[in-house]
Amino acid sequence: MRRIGSFLSTHAWARLTLLLTAPLAWLVLVYVVALAALLLTALWSVDSFTGEISKSLTFANIKEIATESLYRTVTLRTIGVALMVTVIDVVIALPIAFYMGKVASPRARRLLVVAVLTPLWASYLVKAFAWRSLLSEGGLVDWVLNPFGGGSPGYGLTAVVLTQAYIWLPYVILPIFAGMERVPDSLVEAAGDLGASTSTTLRTVVLPLLLPSVIAGSIFSFSLTLGDYISVNIVGGANQMLGNLVFTNVGAANNLPLAAAIALVPIIIMLGYLAAVRRTGALDNL
Amino acid sequence: MSESICFGPMTQATSVEAGPTTGTAIRLQGLTKHFGDVRAVDGVDLEIADGEFFSMLGPSGSGKTTVLRLIAGFEQPTDGVITLAGADVTGTAPFERDVNTVFQDYALFPHMNVLENVAYGLRVRGVGKAERLERAREALGTVRLQHVSDRKPTQLSGGQRQRVALARAIVVRPKVLLLDEPLGALDLKLREQMQVELKQLQRELGITFVFVTHDQEEALTLSDRVAVFNDGRIVQLGTPREIYEAPQTEYVATFVGTSNVFGPDEARAVLGREGRFALRPEKISLFSAGESAAGSISARGVVAETIYLGTGRRVVVDLEAGQRLVVLEPSTAVAPVGRGDSVVAAWRPDDLVPLA
Repeated sequence: MRRIGSFLSTHAWARLTLLLTAPLAWLVLVYVVALAALLLTALWSVDSFTGEISKSLTFANIKEIATESLYRTVTLRTIGVALMVTVIDVVIALPIAFYMGKVASPRARRLLVVAVLTPLWASYLVKAFAWRSLLSEGGLVDWVLNPFGGGSPGYGLTAVVLTQAYIWLPYVILPIFAGMERVPDSLVEAAGDLGASTSTTLRTVVLPLLLPSVIAGSIFSFSLTLGDYISVNIVGGANQMLGNLVFTNVGAANNLPLAAAIALVPIIIMLGYLAAVRRTGALDNL
Repeated sequence: MSESICFGPMTQATSVEAGPTTGTAIRLQGLTKHFGDVRAVDGVDLEIADGEFFSMLGPSGSGKTTVLRLIAGFEQPTDGVITLAGADVTGTAPFERDVNTVFQDYALFPHMNVLENVAYGLRVRGVGKAERLERAREALGTVRLQHVSDRKPTQLSGGQRQRVALARAIVVRPKVLLLDEPLGALDLKLREQMQVELKQLQRELGITFVFVTHDQEEALTLSDRVAVFNDGRIVQLGTPREIYEAPQTEYVATFVGTSNVFGPDEARAVLGREGRFALRPEKISLFSAGESAAGSISARGVVAETIYLGTGRRVVVDLEAGQRLVVLEPSTAVAPVGRGDSVVAAWRPDDLVPLA
């Protein structure tokens, strides 16, 4: 034992190897191999007559996705929904995080953190079905809005945006709150001291410093919405999103290669988003 | 002599109070701030004159920083009135007050470069881009930092950050500059250098400086007047010389510099007088046993300890009467004493400062 200990304490590479082998192997297996398998599957095809997978490589699936207007429409719709969800979540999260981080007493802050975290304990399905019931004809939203001449938007994209914005909100609030706590009070005071009104302080000091946190939050809401297929089935009416298409092709259509090709789309979008964000330098402080 | 000086600031304050408010930069009346059950500031009355270098000195928790934050507007007082240049500003927001603060942690904006930091106060006041950059460069020139204007605050040393914070505060030409322990984070050498620069800057700009520090030497070196704080109150207000030479209470005598304090019993035993007295170590001379100094009060004792200080030696003498005296022996002393020597400690009666 002692000999091993002394060997390890004098050989840094041995320590590193021991420490990192297991997690690295896991990462390689889960991420790299899985991604490679996905890419490979996308290059296979299905014999339309027998329904069997042919493992000869072809770009037919990818070509189909790139050229068929159906896929372009669904991709744009999915990006649109993800963007709407992200914008709504950031707009709601900013004042909540500001209140939690800079205004609330320590006790109120703890309570708010609990309040933000609690919905994460409830099942995703329960929350989606809760929104289905809220938005149903004669449901709570109808009942509240009817006296004002409004009503439930019904099942459709609006309902999907509402449901997704609700479900992912904690994932946006928490990083922004953490970022807000890291903004020193003295910076806010210094801005006021130099003559900036509260709104100018928020615009010129707090928001720029929060940008990395906002982006971190937006990565969550954007990517999670991008891959969602459950709530669109529950409250989305007849609308399709990329997730549904993958689901249908794996199941009903029995076309695993096409499903894999569709699944590449959100991955490529996310890579593009991350690359764009990286260029702004916002990830440096993450 | 010491007592007549002692009343100096009070007569000065009264005369200012009687006249119109011109010449008074800041006036605090009955200023009180409670945090829950804690009385952080407890009824402070104070007038600070235009162009004065005023220090608030006290240990941490004495309320000096809270007074500064109340003047800046970061906190609102529980009670009392704050007047800036004759206008009541109690209840107004920081951005409505013509004072600027240099923060203890400098509070430079990390997402802006040095020049943008300095220009910030002008930018939010709507000064045009060309003019504000010009004035920001000028302010950076005042603190001799023009060459770092493109850097981010994180790329600066502590002393440079401190000077950028100063430039950022003076660029908007406030009537009053509030400094919250601005030199606390600097090492000794840099701190002494910055003290000189601060003093020069204040003289050149002619604006009122309100300087918060727990460092008594800093307060004495820099200030025109010093307020010594304890438990949320001002315990003594006066020029550095008054504070040092004529402390009114044991608290001031021991917090500002070192003092030998004679309580009622010791005063009776050693001095043969009633009351409480303070005596500065450098006012005491040491002689070998048997010698004596004419016109002095003297007491016999034994040297218990000597500590070399560079500028001199600190000699601890146990008097026969039981009192322990700390004596500062100058490095020019003709016959340095050693541990265990029998000595006579002597001082002039005038150097005994009566305490309240």
